[in-house]
Amino acid sequence: MKAVVLVRPKDGILDPQGEAVQGSLQKLGFEVGSVRIGRVIDVELAARDEDDARLQVERMCSELLANPLIESVQIRVEPEA
Amino acid sequence: MTERPRVAVVVFPGSNDDHDAAWALGAMGAEPVLVWHAERELPPDTGAVVLPGGFSYGDYLRPGAIAGLASVMGAVRVFARSGGPVLGICNGFQTLCEARLLPGALRPNRQLEFVCRDARVTVETTATLFTGRCEEGQELSIPVKHGDGAWYADQGTFVQVAARGQIVLRYAEDVNGSLGNVAGLANEAGNVMGLMPHPEHAVDPLLGSADGGLLLAALVDAAADHLSVAA
Repeated sequence: MKAVVLVRPKDGILDPQGEAVQGSLQKLGFEVGSVRIGRVIDVELAARDEDDARLQVERMCSELLANPLIESVQIRVEPEA
Repeated sequence: MTERPRVAVVVFPGSNDDHDAAWALGAMGAEPVLVWHAERELPPDTGAVVLPGGFSYGDYLRPGAIAGLASVMGAVRVFARSGGPVLGICNGFQTLCEARLLPGALRPNRQLEFVCRDARVTVETTATLFTGRCEEGQELSIPVKHGDGAWYADQGTFVQVAARGQIVLRYAEDVNGSLGNVAGLANEAGNVMGLMPHPEHAVDPLLGSADGGLLLAALVDAAADHLSVAA
């Protein structure tokens, strides 16, 4: 089973990296509002089914992959073709 | 001969101030012992633990996140729970926050630049194991060198931490965008502390300042006290 985890800075958390990129995009002439930068984590895991995979990845997130104080996560489970 | 209290300095892959910390602790009267992160126990008769600065595990994922799960951290957690003094310097502070031994988290500096210079910090409380040799309101000059030093907590946590006197050191000026200019923070019991400035780099006037020695000497005092209570 494969899972994709999107980790983002939580709403309201200052993201200086995103702000710097926003400024550069504006310098290039793009009319951009806010830019926020997170990370994508692809995980391959052994799981019985999609629910089991999701539960496992949720635990991975709370134990390591994200810091809930400052980051929010979105999990997508992709069943193998 | 008076016995030197043993202070464990944990070495993670990527620690780079471990030897400086050990040297400075030795200069302050401790017997420093380097302890590899894969150990499950602290050495016998450990009176205090220092998590040193550096870039453990290359700062992968988040600074301190992977170090917080190292084998030795189980023993450090037990030691802290027993009232043992634990000091995290820079990457050690990040690790203590990631391990939830201290509240909040350290975020990239507001200015996105690595900051490397002497910083003036004010001692906010002397009611910790690390500030007993300082006076309240005293200004110390201690160098900082970090890219992720902006401490952050949600509003509720910040108010609580401030009310409980857990803010130990504040920058006298905005150094990195840290909430409330927090430079150093303790747990509620006052036996676990993290700080971004490097006291081990300021233990001799020849290095520009000996102010860091006040914090480390207090840690060595606390290590001796902890051992005498345990004995």
